[in-house]
Amino acid sequence: MQKSMTAENASVSVSSSAETERERESRVLREPPVLSVEHLSKTIRGRKIIDDISFDVRAGEIYGFLGPNGSGKTTTIRMLVDLIKPTSGRVLVCGEDVNKHPERALRHVGCIVENPEMYGFMTGWENLDLFARMQEGIGEARIEEVARIVRLDSRIHDKVKTYSLGMRQRLGIAQALLGAPKLLILDEPTNGLDPKGIKELRAFIAELAAGGMSVFVSSHLLSEIQLLCDRVAIIDGGRVIAVGDVHDMIAQSEAHTLWLFEDPEAGRRLLTDDPRVEVADGDRALLDESVLLALPGAVPTLVRQEDIPDVVARCASAGVGVLAVQRVVPTLESLFLTLTGGERDASGS
Amino acid sequence: MRRDLELIRNETVKVWKKKRFAVIVLILLALVPVFVYAQMKIAQSSQGKYADWRAELRQRIADNTNALTSDRIPEEWKKWRVALVQQLQYYLDRDVNPNTPNAVRFTNTFLQNAVGLFIPLMVLAVASDIVSSERSGGTIKMLLTRPVRRWRILAAKLVTLSMYVSLILVTTAAVSYLVSGLVFGYGGWREPVFVGFKLNGSNMDTTGVHAIAQGVYMLMQLGLVWFSAMTVAVIAFMVSVLVRSTAASLVTMMAAVISGSILANMASSWHSAKYLFNVNLDLSVYLQGSPPPIEGMTLGFSLAVLAVWSLAAIGVSFAVFTRQDILA
Repeated sequence: MQKSMTAENASVSVSSSAETERERESRVLREPPVLSVEHLSKTIRGRKIIDDISFDVRAGEIYGFLGPNGSGKTTTIRMLVDLIKPTSGRVLVCGEDVNKHPERALRHVGCIVENPEMYGFMTGWENLDLFARMQEGIGEARIEEVARIVRLDSRIHDKVKTYSLGMRQRLGIAQALLGAPKLLILDEPTNGLDPKGIKELRAFIAELAAGGMSVFVSSHLLSEIQLLCDRVAIIDGGRVIAVGDVHDMIAQSEAHTLWLFEDPEAGRRLLTDDPRVEVADGDRALLDESVLLALPGAVPTLVRQEDIPDVVARCASAGVGVLAVQRVVPTLESLFLTLTGGERDASGS
Repeated sequence: MRRDLELIRNETVKVWKKKRFAVIVLILLALVPVFVYAQMKIAQSSQGKYADWRAELRQRIADNTNALTSDRIPEEWKKWRVALVQQLQYYLDRDVNPNTPNAVRFTNTFLQNAVGLFIPLMVLAVASDIVSSERSGGTIKMLLTRPVRRWRILAAKLVTLSMYVSLILVTTAAVSYLVSGLVFGYGGWREPVFVGFKLNGSNMDTTGVHAIAQGVYMLMQLGLVWFSAMTVAVIAFMVSVLVRSTAASLVTMMAAVISGSILANMASSWHSAKYLFNVNLDLSVYLQGSPPPIEGMTLGFSLAVLAVWSLAAIGVSFAVFTRQDILA
């Protein structure tokens, strides 16, 4: 039961995705978008919650939707699946307008919006059966198949109210997969999962995408999106502030480098004097605090990667022992600073 | 069409698995024996007191006529007593016993008394959360993101609700008949009941009176009870669409139904109250020929009021449900 969700197929998918990484990318670029969001806006009680959002999700790509809590992620996702009607703009899934023809557009979509709530008074199987009946051509064999895919087959005939959060999450995914959708929408899917569960989910999503499914994942954690996604739309205050390759964006944003010296005072002086290095203490240090835990007393700096060997050499020649130099992943805040600072514009995919 | 049947099946399964109907059956099985026992006690005590049913009937007529002369009795009660006295007299004149104890008569009396509160409450057990539970449980997000139009889902729920209302009524009548039959015997289907009494001022017009079999009377009564129960169900359905919390929707509807039975007892001089749905629920008064709660109400009038309320409730339910944003 606690076995990896993807144990069987993980190796297959890894090798196949490695082999066709380039091919897949070019194939994906040629195909029309699976999800196309055009100038979407939503005003609720006079307040503009979502303001002119546009982006495309292509076939087989894992698309990240990144933003802090309250930025409008969930409202946008609800508009993608016709739970909320947009004030203006439209959402196309495989060319069908979700708002005008939900019965056609949603055929291609599987989704979990926020928590995967199912009917607790019924078994997992009965829940899947219920949702299978709402769509053409899903038989018992398919229900069995999705239960096996999410590794719930041993508990599928138990009441859902006895399930753990992780199992409910998996049942939710099973439900979303029933209709073999072209687009899977997951809203903060790692919420409430333990690290092992998160890792399994990540591998599982990668596997689905390798099989040609587009996956749209929202998160407020940059690291999550970075580990999972090909491209990302970053949303803040109801507006998309950037769309693009997640790795490019991170490469362009300020990454901190932590320095740990034998003699912290001497080391700090040395770095402060170096014109290539900017010591980023206090407010400038937009660091994840847990990073500093591993290196207590470390000096956070901003420095170009290519300058690091030279700076290390200078330290050594000055007789200041370097214990550790570590580059850390930028946080969402520092990425925001880069994106909204107007220094580098990552928009325009 | 096949998809719609599947949707109805889904909704039926959900209500069934929630064990709502099981609870209703249990309530019936617990309460009906209590009423049967009470009825049995009444029958036994009158058997000891009177030589035969004619003597008892004469005594009742005398008691009620005496009461009419008292000043302390409110006007509406007098009217009701006048109607009763004249009906009893009619039975006596034609030498028909209106109170032979049997299961069919018991069931008829039970339905008559249940239509105002008991049956609406049982209907609410199913109707109040048929939509709101999806919202409070969050399952509405799964339900509405499937490739089915919203109105179809709501229509399936409405059809399911009306099936359960019918089932509740049939079950109520069946439990009542089967349990009371143990005591009173299962006969009485063909016994005559007089219908068609008309009240003209304080006088009973008996020109239209004719006898029908008690079994037929029961069917007619079930039809009327069904109509009033459906109205309650459909209005509860609308409240369930409008209100997110099941508790709030249940309390709202219970308040409406209960205030209706209170109003029916006190609002006889407030005439426009007759347009409220909840004072019109007791349709069986028209069958009995007792005076209606408010003057000017007739069977046709009550049916029309209930129908208008029902249609409006269905209209509001669909208009709101198909447009509403599911925000949380």
